[in-house]
Amino acid sequence: MAYTLLGKDFTPPDIRAKVTGEAKYAEDFRVDGMVFARLLTSPMPHARVRSIDASEALAMHGVIGILTADDVPAKASPQQTILTNEPVFVGDPILAVAAESETIAQDAIDKIKIDFELLPFCVDPLESLYPGGPNARTEGNSVTLNFGQPIPPEVNEKKWTARDFAAVEEGHLPTGEPTVQWEYGDLDTGFEDAALVLEESFVVASNSHHSMEPRSALSYWENGKCHVFGSLQSQSFAMNTLSGLIGIPPEDIVFVAEFCGGGFGSKGNPYPSMVIPAHFSKKINRPVMLRISRAEEYYLGHARSGFQGRTKIGFREDGKVTSIDLYLVQENGSATGFPDINGFSEGASLVYTPEAMRLRGIFVSTNTPPRLAQRGPGQNQMAVTFEPLMDRAAKELSIDRLAIRQINAPTGDALVGAGREPVTSAHPREALAKGAEQFNWVERVKNDGQRNGSKVRSVAVATAFHPAGFNGFDGLVVITPDGKLNVHTGVGNLGTYSYASTSRVAAEVLKYDWENCVIHRGDSRKHLPFNIGQFGSNTSFTMTRTNFVAATDAMDKIKEIAAMDMGGDPEDYDIGEEKVFSISDPTQSMTYAEVAQRAIELGGKYSGIEGPEDINPITKGGLAGIAGTGLVGVAKDKLEKHGLVPAFCAGFIDIELDTETGKYEILDYLGVVDCGTVLHPQSLATQIKGGAVMGFGMAATEKLVYDPQSGLPANVGLYQAKPPSYLDVPSTMGWAAVDEPDPQNPVGAKGVGEPVMGGGAASLICAISNALDGHYFMRNPITPDMIVNAAAGRPQSYKPLQVNNQ
Amino acid sequence: MLVELTVNGEWKSADCPPETTLLKFLREHLMLTGAKLGCDVGDCGTCTVIVDGESYNSCLMLAARAAGRDVTTIEGLADSQGVHPIQEAFEELGSLQCGFCGPGMIMSAKNLLDKNPTASRHEIKDALSGNLCRCTGYTKIIEAIEGAGRVMSSDKYPQSNTF
Repeated sequence: MAYTLLGKDFTPPDIRAKVTGEAKYAEDFRVDGMVFARLLTSPMPHARVRSIDASEALAMHGVIGILTADDVPAKASPQQTILTNEPVFVGDPILAVAAESETIAQDAIDKIKIDFELLPFCVDPLESLYPGGPNARTEGNSVTLNFGQPIPPEVNEKKWTARDFAAVEEGHLPTGEPTVQWEYGDLDTGFEDAALVLEESFVVASNSHHSMEPRSALSYWENGKCHVFGSLQSQSFAMNTLSGLIGIPPEDIVFVAEFCGGGFGSKGNPYPSMVIPAHFSKKINRPVMLRISRAEEYYLGHARSGFQGRTKIGFREDGKVTSIDLYLVQENGSATGFPDINGFSEGASLVYTPEAMRLRGIFVSTNTPPRLAQRGPGQNQMAVTFEPLMDRAAKELSIDRLAIRQINAPTGDALVGAGREPVTSAHPREALAKGAEQFNWVERVKNDGQRNGSKVRSVAVATAFHPAGFNGFDGLVVITPDGKLNVHTGVGNLGTYSYASTSRVAAEVLKYDWENCVIHRGDSRKHLPFNIGQFGSNTSFTMTRTNFVAATDAMDKIKEIAAMDMGGDPEDYDIGEEKVFSISDPTQSMTYAEVAQRAIELGGKYSGIEGPEDINPITKGGLAGIAGTGLVGVAKDKLEKHGLVPAFCAGFIDIELDTETGKYEILDYLGVVDCGTVLHPQSLATQIKGGAVMGFGMAATEKLVYDPQSGLPANVGLYQAKPPSYLDVPSTMGWAAVDEPDPQNPVGAKGVGEPVMGGGAASLICAISNALDGHYFMRNPITPDMIVNAAAGRPQSYKPLQVNNQ
Repeated sequence: MLVELTVNGEWKSADCPPETTLLKFLREHLMLTGAKLGCDVGDCGTCTVIVDGESYNSCLMLAARAAGRDVTTIEGLADSQGVHPIQEAFEELGSLQCGFCGPGMIMSAKNLLDKNPTASRHEIKDALSGNLCRCTGYTKIIEAIEGAGRVMSSDKYPQSNTF
């Protein structure tokens, strides 16, 4: 379908502020009377606070007050606490001190004496599962997340038997009693019928989100309302969580998050440190700024869950996967965590469409910073694990590496996971085909193995997937008497500009000139509807729907007003050039500005005085704020959606690996995506390339390491945790999209923010393995020392299942 | 202590503790929040400013070291004629996502292009390797700097526009 606005590049309204330095992130706000808070964090991985002596600190000149766990709402285990007297990781905040300056606050922190009782701790899940092994939390070591259910997460103790651990001696993951499991199909028959069965244990390291903006926050109270300036991927979706964390109704919170300096999943929903200033400000009656340092980002920020796993995969002679048996031990950090196991296992069931599959898994608590979703949580760990196995199978079965992915890739009739959930559309085969052509795969593979001294040329391909859309949220637009279309959007702003590209759907429906449209966002006082946050690759799918239904509601009302004023029925009218006109006599028309004025005069549903019953209370609040200002379009998204919305990326890579140094240069990369209709080519290109580079870090440089003797994190700086720099990026990077519309989205759009990382990560891992003539490490990241050892035939320095401590 | 210096062409002064970094001086004493505090240890480059024609991580420079010197921050690039060609190129290509690294990237790019407007991709990558970005994958930033360099090296670009 040809669109006027969609699929076209435009300049997003917020980019000017970013290039001039005018964009205000949380730490850039200043308020009269503002004081600074600093945190006293735990030096121990698991301890009990016996006593706190803050007398010397509180007597210091310039110190305003102290906030302890007694001043903030308690959280039931294993939820992450705001402040605690039982820290469960090194860096867990125990108390905060506010002072006239940050320096005074830190000096005061240094004078506080705390008596700790050290408790048992562990940083390796397998150590915790061993009989008699330490529990990360007093209540136990295994979390039941109850994700998406109205049941709080629980912690229990789970230990495996010594017999279970016998497999470790052979380098295999022990597979004791799981806490989650599902199965479909006939697993055994699949393996019996297989021409090739691969069985491997593997390790996926935890890594940091590395958002460039640390999670600083400012709060103050004014006229009974708490004002929060935070760094978050969400806007209106945050209100209920903030309400719970602060302990006041959502309508008493003003939340400003106009710009978010990166989140990648770590800032999807309000996090405990964000509300420390709110509680502190209430206690001392001064605005409080809590600046989180880069080091604190590593200590108390979030990270991706690591895995220790084991899988058995059967392949037919033609490369088709018959059965997958998967066991996952998720290193779940010290708090609730995130169900990466689900993403990993469901991803495998969709990307490789096995006829039979079994998942067994367990979430194990460790005394490490809280784990949370990171771009492709589970799905991207799956990609870096399974894609090299596809290469290995292709090699052993003498099949082209592209072909084995084609034969296993899902189509629109594929089913996902144990529930055999349908998908709305799936075009990874088209992505692979388009990429093969654009990358010139057939010719490039001829370069494979070419040597230039110690350097080896290698090309590779990989696929990745993530769900990409939700439904059921609200849309809100208003045409004001100045003729402007005001799109109110409650989604967050990560910088992908999808808040803007999805708002253009309302303009498209109402045939508006984009110059006459205004987007309202980033501040809860701007009368925003209830929308989900900008995470889970969902924005393009979810927000095009909400803006579509709101604009459609507005269009219906425009035609009703035209029929009222000019006669006939609403169906007798059409819209164009920001007018409504009679189809039979186009000279009979009203401008949108005139219609907006009439809506105000008519009141009721036309001006938003009345609204639908089924919209969210937050939307009702937003509607009340704009009621009477123009013609209002407001609706809940009740459009058809049956099944999971999948997005895919096929990554093609060409590298040159130096087997003497373990260094590589990425000569070229191409990412091809199945994201439905392309809304904004420019920002899609950045997503594909930026996601791939983040993936290169996951593949080859980033891992978090903790001292098993003390629980101390070894990576507390960018230099140590190694996100990719300019010097790690390819000389050229390309992108393309299948551009097949999704039938369950009114404009055919799907998201794609997460698989673009998996495509980059997995393709690089495959390329490195391919350059080493098929050395499959079964662990990431693949660091230079591992490459040099592999090339020289030397043993690796790590134990096979070692995680988090090497 | 009293620190006096020129910021974006204007003489400024403020009292600050001696341990104050130039970054904190700009952000908290002059309320110029364009330069960002991303790491405080010189790893990320979000705090990059230009002092006497050289780029610095302002988190690593004491404000006292900048006394009497000429400091340019991101706020000093745009003027009544419009935004700087580097800013314009970043905007046109959509070279930033979250934007937190943007001011530092642009200042590092300005420092490079003022000296070498025809910098190659390799030279751009090398000159900006101290500026980290987690969102974009860098390539669009490189393209923007190349494009801005073409503008700045053209005969039509007034050379007096360089600070």
